[in-house]
Amino acid sequence: MPTALHGAIDCDVHIPPPPTAALLPYLDAYWREQFTIRGLVGADFALTTSASRTPLACRPDWRPGKGESGLALLQRHVLDHFGTGIAIGHCLHGAVALHTEDMAAALCRAVNDWVAAEWLSRDDRLRASILVPTQNVALAVAEIERCAADRRFVQVLVLAMLDHPLGRRQWWPLHEAAARHGLPLGIHAGGLNRHATTPTGWPSTHLEDHVVGAQAFDAQLASLLTEGVFTKFPDLRVVLLESGFTWLPTFLWRMNKIWRGLRAEVPWVTRLPADILRQHVRITLQPVDAPPRPEMLAATLAQIDCDDMLLFSTDYPHWQFDADAALPEGLPEALLPKLLRGNALATFPRLAETAP
Amino acid sequence: MSRHVVARVSEVPPEGALRVTVKGRPIALFNLSGEFFALYDRCPHEGASLCAGRRVSIAVADTPGEYRLERRGEMIRCPWHGWDFDIRTGQSWCDPEHTRVRRYAVSVEAGERLAKGPFRAESVPVSVEDDYLVVEV
Amino acid sequence: MTRGIVDCDIHPNMASDAELLPFMPRRWADHLRDYGPLNHQGLAFALQHPRFNPGVARADSWPPNGGPPGSDLDFMRAHHLDAHNIDHGILMSLRPAGCDERNLDYGAAICAAANDWQHARFVQPEPRLHGGIMIPQEDPDAAVAEIERCVAKGGFVQVNFTPRASEPPGRRRYRRILECAAHHGLPVGFHVSGVPGHPSTGAGHLTYYLQEHHSNMPGMQAVVASLVLDGVFAALPALKVVLIEGGFTWAPALCWRMDQAWRRMRGEVPALTRPPSDYVREHIWYTTQPIEEPDRAEDLAEISGWVGWDRIMFSTDYPHWDFDDPRYAFRCPLTAAQRELVFSANARALYRLP
Repeated sequence: MPTALHGAIDCDVHIPPPPTAALLPYLDAYWREQFTIRGLVGADFALTTSASRTPLACRPDWRPGKGESGLALLQRHVLDHFGTGIAIGHCLHGAVALHTEDMAAALCRAVNDWVAAEWLSRDDRLRASILVPTQNVALAVAEIERCAADRRFVQVLVLAMLDHPLGRRQWWPLHEAAARHGLPLGIHAGGLNRHATTPTGWPSTHLEDHVVGAQAFDAQLASLLTEGVFTKFPDLRVVLLESGFTWLPTFLWRMNKIWRGLRAEVPWVTRLPADILRQHVRITLQPVDAPPRPEMLAATLAQIDCDDMLLFSTDYPHWQFDADAALPEGLPEALLPKLLRGNALATFPRLAETAP
Repeated sequence: MSRHVVARVSEVPPEGALRVTVKGRPIALFNLSGEFFALYDRCPHEGASLCAGRRVSIAVADTPGEYRLERRGEMIRCPWHGWDFDIRTGQSWCDPEHTRVRRYAVSVEAGERLAKGPFRAESVPVSVEDDYLVVEV
Repeated sequence: MTRGIVDCDIHPNMASDAELLPFMPRRWADHLRDYGPLNHQGLAFALQHPRFNPGVARADSWPPNGGPPGSDLDFMRAHHLDAHNIDHGILMSLRPAGCDERNLDYGAAICAAANDWQHARFVQPEPRLHGGIMIPQEDPDAAVAEIERCVAKGGFVQVNFTPRASEPPGRRRYRRILECAAHHGLPVGFHVSGVPGHPSTGAGHLTYYLQEHHSNMPGMQAVVASLVLDGVFAALPALKVVLIEGGFTWAPALCWRMDQAWRRMRGEVPALTRPPSDYVREHIWYTTQPIEEPDRAEDLAEISGWVGWDRIMFSTDYPHWDFDDPRYAFRCPLTAAQRELVFSANARALYRLP
């Protein structure tokens, strides 16, 4: 067991979405009957952008054996293995991609209740994010309100590519609710494929999809910033999940530059964009998308110029690193206390309530 | 420090600007509703002539979506990249701590008085009937 | 540096689309007058993120004799080419945008007319200026024919491909166009342009011009990912690509991400026999404007080294508002050798200029 990670807060592990049959007990009578008589119990609600069959989706030595539960695998490969202090789990259920929004809301409720009962209640090292039906902001807010009383939910979970960028004012009730409950807005890689994923259309491969998926985070940060979300909700924290971060220096520089020239278009942005983003945005470590030489990673972190932003993550079970190399070479030693615990505790106020 | 007669007052129309050269230095003269100001006429960013820029106000918003203007027409926007500078102080609006344009003192003097000296007229023939802008460089 | 500068992005302009009429067959001149554009956005003539400056131009670039910035060759000579000691300028004609036209035959006619217009008005009278071939990329037959026609005509040094087309440029439908460019030894220049109907980002449509302007940079990354990962460079080893006005300091990080993902999923793209970063390093050039401005100027030099000094080419974007001045664009010190590469040698070699 690698001792460096002992007690670390792992801000991104995956709770595999359950088969629909497992959710039936968590659906109300109407939806339970609907799912049963419409033949939906066998439906697979996996998201396209989660690409669950690709090599990236699961590290070869983490693939499930026979009969071992998802929780047991997580415990064996991560929690027990690394001596994790706390892990924040994300259940990326395809409910969020349905066009039928009431059904989506029912499934999100079932998923969150299933997560609470089958995962959070069975290992007190686990915390989770609230899956919300982003089809309809009012329904999403209602789900936050419903789950927020359970302090083991520490974040709101949305995908990076929705119908509209997250800064748009139509989303503000969601941001308001998240900020009020001390829940950061977690934006996870992937999306709904409601429109092309690049400005020049649809990529051809899973590989290309994955590569360009990082750019949606660029767009979300630009949106949240320019629309004034951080001005309106100064307590809101945004966590980018699986975005990579080595693209950040150029992004910060370019936002500063373009703001200097076009500031009058968004007069509520009164400080340098990079400073606002450094204050409000946090990013999980994996995938590192690391450069070929460790000193280049150190240089990239120096360009980002902020020790508060990175949150340790394994991105379990995605194949981001081999063996125990969850920390890439090139990370400054001095960054580790904040990276492994301090930044997470500062980002997720609910963690400190129960942190071991 | 020397004082230089750089232009007749009438050459810088209301809300207008004029570029003059003093000791080989480009200087932008601005007329702000009858008050005159002089800035070094070179944007500290990439060197554009501020004289060629547009006069703008400061856009302010207490909350997203609610726009209002302050300091009507008292900023000069660089003709290239749109950096705004305070005509009164030369201070940059987007980077007030690190960026400013050098400001020079300007005064309006009657030609009658100028004829007595000790001012240097930079290729501006002084007549006793006119008023002149005098810049301290 | 004894030689002058090469400016890899200069915009010629026309007072109105009517300037194209003499260069169009009667049938399409009538179409322009009687029907007009059929595009992929809600507005027929104006952009949906209104710009911040009249003519998208430097406020000091309006020709004293009238017409919009970039439309008066004499003024462009004095104001830009002579003033900055520019030996060669690569023209980037942007409008009217045949690349966005849904009526493919009309799109082809617009491109052909715009090519003949830039040739007659700028390339022929001014030997320092070199044309870029506008193509209707959604009709590959017509695009290839237009490239052949312009090559025969002479005066063109690049094929212009919009970074915002109906599909990513690596998709098979466009391969013949890229092949034709490579065959003629013409680099393919991707200059910020195009309204194909897709949102400007994977996250959706943007609200402000500030975002739209910024989105050009990630947009270029989608172009690179497509060309590399869809195997274009593996199939066309002679192809050279120039990314114009999309920045360059993002390129190393994109390469790291592509390489990392390729190591996991190379089974999906067997045509790629080398890491994606190899293809980028070999086939892609970048123009500098609007140059990145790190907080610490030395970061620009460091990243330029990672990109490769032999792949970075200076550009001004004259007469547009976000113009870079060759004297001040780089805030970090450059060695004499780096300066020679960026401001002159790289572009001369790529475009085969004296």
